Amino acid sequence: MSDCHNTGQPKINLLPNPNILPPRPAAERPIIVAIVGPPNSGKSTLFNRLTGLRQKVANFPGVTVEHRMGKARLKSEQEVFLVDLPGVYSLNPRAEDEQVTHDVLKGERPDFPKPDAVILILDVTNLGRNLVLAAPILHLALPTLVLLNMADDLAQRGGRVDVGALSAELNTPVALISASKGTGIDRIQQFLLGTAARLNAPPARIELPILQDVPKCRQWAAQLGTRASYRAPAPPIWTRRLDAIFLHPFFGPLIFAAVVVGVFQSIFSWAQPIMNALQDAVTVSGVWMTHYLPDTPWRSLLIDGVWKGVGSVIVFLPQILLLFLFIGILEDSGYLARAALIADRTMARIGLQGKSFIPLLSAYACAVPAVMSTRVIEDKRDRMATIMIAPLMTCSARLPIYTLLIAAFVPNTHILGNFLSLPVAVMLGLYFLGFAAAVVVARLLKSTILQSKGSSFILEMPPYRWPTARSLSLRVLDRAKVFLHRAGTVILGVAVGLWVLANLPLHNGHVPALEHSYAGMIGQAIEPLIKPLGFNWKIGIGLITSLAAREVIVGTLGTIYGIEGEETSQTLQAAVHHDLSTAGAIALLVFFAFAMQCLSTLAVVKRETGGWKWPIFQFSYMLALAYSGSWLAFHITQHFLG
Amino acid sequence: MPSGHSTLADLRTGQRCILDRLDLPDDLSRRLMELGFLPGNEVTLGRRAPGGGPRVYRVDGTEGALRQETARHLYVRRDPESDLVVLK
Repeated sequence: MSDCHNTGQPKINLLPNPNILPPRPAAERPIIVAIVGPPNSGKSTLFNRLTGLRQKVANFPGVTVEHRMGKARLKSEQEVFLVDLPGVYSLNPRAEDEQVTHDVLKGERPDFPKPDAVILILDVTNLGRNLVLAAPILHLALPTLVLLNMADDLAQRGGRVDVGALSAELNTPVALISASKGTGIDRIQQFLLGTAARLNAPPARIELPILQDVPKCRQWAAQLGTRASYRAPAPPIWTRRLDAIFLHPFFGPLIFAAVVVGVFQSIFSWAQPIMNALQDAVTVSGVWMTHYLPDTPWRSLLIDGVWKGVGSVIVFLPQILLLFLFIGILEDSGYLARAALIADRTMARIGLQGKSFIPLLSAYACAVPAVMSTRVIEDKRDRMATIMIAPLMTCSARLPIYTLLIAAFVPNTHILGNFLSLPVAVMLGLYFLGFAAAVVVARLLKSTILQSKGSSFILEMPPYRWPTARSLSLRVLDRAKVFLHRAGTVILGVAVGLWVLANLPLHNGHVPALEHSYAGMIGQAIEPLIKPLGFNWKIGIGLITSLAAREVIVGTLGTIYGIEGEETSQTLQAAVHHDLSTAGAIALLVFFAFAMQCLSTLAVVKRETGGWKWPIFQFSYMLALAYSGSWLAFHITQHFLG
Repeated sequence: MPSGHSTLADLRTGQRCILDRLDLPDDLSRRLMELGFLPGNEVTLGRRAPGGGPRVYRVDGTEGALRQETARHLYVRRDPESDLVVLK
């Protein structure tokens, strides 16, 4: 332990790059402590408490499993890094996340150094079952601190445990803590500060059961509990009472529907004013910069390429954060498991399962968080199918082009008396179109390449808990960072690339007319392909630029028709009439309903599925669906309109 | 109580039983065992999802939901000591 406050070393908060660290503990590499625990044991809460915001999320290469790394906030200068490994019940490498936890702890991952010590966190309200994990962890013979979390819950419900006796039985330090309240955290600090000294100590020896034998391990854990005078707490009365309401045959589904509608409503209505304000801020600041910067190609690159490109994506941030806030509340409170239970029967009809429901709901805001939230689905095939159909849900990035085309082409007449106007009906129809396609594709995938052998829907029902503001804000901030990082890299790159294509090659030293630019040439090159859908080359440029992100097409059309952001959208509506017939407009709407025009989603699918196979498949099937769908739409509409 | 080979799928709400064996693929039964569905453990049927979805079982101090098609493969024992007791 070193308490030197003046070592002359610069204080840096950079995290170590796992790839360049030596595989064995060395003096120059910081100490790494792994946090391990079963799902729902409060592992992430503890990790967040110990690291604050000094953490980063990373994927292990080649697998879909995510881990977090962060620097522990210690009362000394010593550097200790914590790694939050996936929640596991055992170390039997079976599922991918268990494999990763197993490999990291055994030092068998070439890309990650073997941890120097382990913090094992267990839910003390169910000690018997949780202690089973202690057997394989102690078997590793690394310095281990066992944390019995949810001490407050235990005391409140009349349970108790002799920590000293358990520590003696396990021959390793044990502490009773509450990660959410922050009690007992000092003990962890002591452990972390002492890790360096403990590295060379001989590992504790105790008798452990055969790890492969689950019943034997459970028996061993029960005996330990008895010797530590463990008294299990009374069943959680509030959970039973709440379940009586939330899983009530009549009120349960009603509350479920209310929650879904509420989330849906608020991510659209609450986020909308903020999104509009952000959009205005981007536009106004763009205009402002135009005035103050000299008129050079660089100004155009900066404003039309970078600023508007990235801005068009940042606009979605409020909605995505709000969505993550809601998902966080649902998950931390325990309601998410109940929602999955209620949704299971309906989802089973399309070949999926209850846990697919929330990701698909999220996809109505944005497919990116939706794909990330499919991690809760353990069945790999169900998870893949959910990822594959998520982008068919009508995400908010489709709304700008939907709004533009509907306003321009659909007459504002009422159908069904005064109940529904035609534009609203078309909009609802587009939502339904995406949903119906998702159902059909899910069924197809689940009965062919993603057929499951027997159902493996196993859902643990955690007790209800109050979500803490701390955990929620960390979760939202974390996602904001991920999102902004992407906007700052992928989207920025595409925006700049598009600007270059639209402004080159120079014509006598001047920016070329659109049809002579590279973008124009590409548009004309693909025109024969898209003519059967009723689109000309200008729309073709829009289709290509919107491969990056759907909402980009509106900006592209604006550029094509030479309309600046501040002018009324009516001008743009009038302009698109020159290039689209009504049938072409309907075809374009259908194209956007089906096509996979989102680099961010493809990138996240690649990351989550661990390779290019699935994103390529997804892009291709959606493009085929979009092409044939809009071809049909074009010809049917043309036939009826004459 | 139904005689012969009863399974978890035959339980009525509030009924308890002793789990006898799991007739499922290895990894699936391991996962169930880790959740507490161990032979010899007492299992109680809690609520069922509204509209006849998966059912929630209380086992080993926790609650887990299974579809009927899975529950059908978890055989329960008629134990004279702790015979299947109707609680409600």
